Amino acid sequence: MTISPDSVVYFQWGIFSLNATLVFTWVVMAILTLTSWLVTRRISDNPDISRWQNLLEVLVTGIRDQIAQVSHQQPGNYLPFVGTLFLFIAMANLLNVVPGYLAPTGSLSTTTALAICVFIAVPVFGIASKGAGSYLGRYLQPTWFMLPFNIIGEISRTVALAVRLYGNIMSGTVIVGILLSLTPYFFPVVMQLLGLLTGMIQAYIFAVLAMVYIASATSVYEKAEDPDQADTLSSDQ
Amino acid sequence: MDSVSIIGMISVITAGLTIAIGSIGPALAEGRAVAQALSAIAQQPDESATITRTLFVGLAMIESTAIYCFVVTMILIFANPFWDHAIAAAGG
Repeated sequence: MTISPDSVVYFQWGIFSLNATLVFTWVVMAILTLTSWLVTRRISDNPDISRWQNLLEVLVTGIRDQIAQVSHQQPGNYLPFVGTLFLFIAMANLLNVVPGYLAPTGSLSTTTALAICVFIAVPVFGIASKGAGSYLGRYLQPTWFMLPFNIIGEISRTVALAVRLYGNIMSGTVIVGILLSLTPYFFPVVMQLLGLLTGMIQAYIFAVLAMVYIASATSVYEKAEDPDQADTLSSDQ
Repeated sequence: MDSVSIIGMISVITAGLTIAIGSIGPALAEGRAVAQALSAIAQQPDESATITRTLFVGLAMIESTAIYCFVVTMILIFANPFWDHAIAAAGG
């Protein structure tokens, strides 16, 4: 029983080992890149567009709408990052229907890497939109005493992001593996379908949570520093 | 009983207890969250998109508690560090 695609090693050269996680990550990236390249190569703005361009437009506008609704901001800045996260995780989980494929998201190393991307992106977006002083000041809210707890919160939500995705995908793989040895034929197929549903929901949730974290870093203190609002607040009192 | 059997037995029992107790809380919490969201949608059908999205994110948060228990169970059964140590110490 393999509970992680990390333990499936295809090729070993010295200390470098090429395991299933790496191979299938590259497969997913190749599929995403090739499809996007092939579709956008012959892109047109006629009403008469190809099916693939239609699919891509639906995806991009759908992700833009979701980002705009979650963050209440213009989605343009966040679309590349959040959209890539969603498409990568969704494609990695969707390919589970292919026999012999091991989802790279079922490995803690992949999900940790994705969560670290979010961990870095949050302050980057926050500082880019609010400035370093204003962004770092939020770690001192409500008092300087809360600084260690704010930092712990930042780290623990990154860990939770990684373990959630890993646990969901790994549990699907392990349960299907156990069921295949106990009751083959029909029941594992049902669990596989359930795994597909969970995979898509997890991709959505990972992207939404990343967006929520980024939005909280970029927008919360906009209101507090808004001079008009501060005036109305002080005049109310 | 030798030490490997004891470690194996305790691991399996603990794994069963972990997943059993660990799924009670998230199950109650998810049921409550879904019930509240349904009544909220019933009262305000216009806001169903926002409520559903928030519900999914909240469910994912709750679910991660159960997932932690599952991960601990899997570690106990398939990747138990004490097991490896005992087998190595026994020269197996």
